[in-house]
Amino acid sequence: MSASEPKGERRLNMIEAINEALAIKLEQDPDVIIMGEDVGYFGGVFRATAGLQEKFGKTRVFDTPISECGIIGAAVGMGAYGLRPVPEIQFADYIYPGLDQLISEAARLRYRSAREYIAPMTVRSPFGGGIFGGQTHSQSPEALFTHVAGLKTVIPATPYDAKGLLIAAIEDNDPVIFFEPKRIYNAPFTGYYDKPVEPWKKHRDSIVPEGHYKIPLGKARQVQSGEALTVLAYGTMVHVAEAVCQAKGVDADILDLRTLMPLDIDAIEASVEKTGRCLIVHEATRTSGFGAELSALVMERCFYHLEAPIERVTGFDTPYPHSLEWAYFPGPVRIGEAIDKILSE
Amino acid sequence: MAEKASEKGANRPALSLHVPEPKSRPGEAVDFADFPVSVAGAQPRPDETCEAIATSDLCYDLVRVLGDDDAAHGPWDPKLSSDTLRQMLRHMAMVRAFDERMFRGQRQGKTSFYMKCTGEEATSVAASMALASDDMIFPSYRQQGILIARGYPLTEMINQIYSNKADKLKGRQLPIMYSSREHSFFSISGNLATQTPQAVGWAMASAIKGDSRIAATWVGEGSTAEGDFHSACTFAAVYNAPVILNVVNNQWAISSFSGFAGAERTTFAARALGYGIAGLRVDGNDALACYAAQQWAANRARANAGPTLIEFFTYRAEGHSTSDDPSGYRSAQEREEWPLGDPVMRLKKHMIGLGEWDEERQEAMDADCATLVKLATKDAEKNGILGHGLHHPFRTMFEDVFEELPWHLQEQAEQARREREIKWPDAPPYDADEFGDAS
Repeated sequence: MSASEPKGERRLNMIEAINEALAIKLEQDPDVIIMGEDVGYFGGVFRATAGLQEKFGKTRVFDTPISECGIIGAAVGMGAYGLRPVPEIQFADYIYPGLDQLISEAARLRYRSAREYIAPMTVRSPFGGGIFGGQTHSQSPEALFTHVAGLKTVIPATPYDAKGLLIAAIEDNDPVIFFEPKRIYNAPFTGYYDKPVEPWKKHRDSIVPEGHYKIPLGKARQVQSGEALTVLAYGTMVHVAEAVCQAKGVDADILDLRTLMPLDIDAIEASVEKTGRCLIVHEATRTSGFGAELSALVMERCFYHLEAPIERVTGFDTPYPHSLEWAYFPGPVRIGEAIDKILSE
Repeated sequence: MAEKASEKGANRPALSLHVPEPKSRPGEAVDFADFPVSVAGAQPRPDETCEAIATSDLCYDLVRVLGDDDAAHGPWDPKLSSDTLRQMLRHMAMVRAFDERMFRGQRQGKTSFYMKCTGEEATSVAASMALASDDMIFPSYRQQGILIARGYPLTEMINQIYSNKADKLKGRQLPIMYSSREHSFFSISGNLATQTPQAVGWAMASAIKGDSRIAATWVGEGSTAEGDFHSACTFAAVYNAPVILNVVNNQWAISSFSGFAGAERTTFAARALGYGIAGLRVDGNDALACYAAQQWAANRARANAGPTLIEFFTYRAEGHSTSDDPSGYRSAQEREEWPLGDPVMRLKKHMIGLGEWDEERQEAMDADCATLVKLATKDAEKNGILGHGLHHPFRTMFEDVFEELPWHLQEQAEQARREREIKWPDAPPYDADEFGDAS
């Protein structure tokens, strides 16, 4: 999508786009069911499932006990039956009680049963900080899942992508972790927390076509083309990185990875080979974060094209703090410093 | 530090931690004085659609049909035909013969691992015979009796145990971790109790779809301590799921006695009551009681009357697995004098008492089972044994992680192919034949 799209196109925020994707799949596929804490009558604490129970009935969209282990475990059994469950984990921070069911069961089922059983579930979960959620409503645990053989991890950064990626995830026969950056549910946050936020309606990527469309898993999105350096980011940090590059007047080649597993390695290689410099940005803690994997891949595959050391900008290796949120958040200052360092080499 | 603590609470009694200890250890005499043997036939059988609370007493009692006189007693007698009884006995004998041979096979180096279910045959065989053949089973790792009762070929089981080239699971799973969709038997995990919420989810799906099939899961008493089991009970209760939660209380979780799962305080069946689920505590060495309890729970589930938690009170007569030696932690007398006897012998005596069976036929049947297992073993061995030959093409190591092979696995598969040429230079070329057998 580009900024020159005609005005008057339908514009949605990310919540509306996700809700629409869910409604389309519920309509199209009688095997799709949605379950999770508060997702039924109430429509979800972030409203992502608003109106769906009323439209599709209580056995297609329903509330669950507060038991992430039970939610994921039941979804494995439903998948074995032939359903295509789309469980919601209310916050990514709550997903840990369900990890054994995800890691040892859902992720391994096709492999261990030699295709007799599969776990075609899409686990939706809001993740990331910037909403004063403190340590239990702010985490970015994506690297825990990319480390697991058999799980796909998808993170949209725009309403257009959120709808197309979610439909693709639900139709995918592998278990997919679908992390929704909750800071940008309602507006594309740029990291300048003290400045007014522009709503999605003013963003080029809030134009969302009606009906069914898919964005293939494993394909990155070129946010902007440039020559000075490559920026690899996903989720909220795509918008933050873009704003910082714009503010600094840096001609960056920005890739929104969209899917961490499978990863679009071709797009990454092509970009780094072109620019020779690479900045990796994520909100998650630094050590063993997905940036470490990206950094290793770029070093292994693009070493002879690099003109400066790879830089990682990340959250600090601490629990997500409440009052010091903006000191923790990898915002414009940290990103700006890293860009200066890369470009000075 | 200690002084400081006592100063702080000087006016209060010192606390002490209770760490459970079984009543006997190796070499010690076993006292069965407190053993909960009930009178066969004395337990009432409520209607299947009763309120869960109506099963309260049955959660602390022990449902028994076969009495000390080997006759069937009371309202739980399933009144099975003599053909069904003979079939049940034969399945149990087959399981025992199979276990014997596979245990020996492991000791002979034909595979890495095996787990017997000696003494627990009725909890699988008799219970599963009370279900429809398309009811979905979510087993733990000691329910080989269900596969045998459902007619899964012995050779297929042994192929899996040997991880050989005919193993349908492509040598990926630890021996005995079977899977057979055709027999409505879910893929066995090695992680404990994970199958319990899955069974509930399957049952929920069946109810969502207006299907008529129910789900049943088996879990050991030790692993009822896992959070998954409690999630399963909660979900089963909340959605009134058509599921049966079978807890096989065989007294031992490797070396930890049932006290470490809470057995000193209450029964496992009684867990049901807190959730509002029907509960039954059953003599797991009484094949007729096992059948009757499962049938009761299945009827209840089919009537949309909700889930049932069944505790099968039994005894793990052998070690946990081929990697375990129980003489290191429990008294041998436990097995020798187990008050509930042996499930195969009890059923046999019952049938002899009915005039439907005799020792000669029993001997002939045991010999027949041993022969069939031996033949199946020979058949399976033609497909190779573990550690002798590369039974599966290396690409199978990378397939099925995802539906399609992503680039990073393609690269790693290529690495494995290169290593194969270095490590096994005399093996036929990669992918030369379907099985890449280098033996």
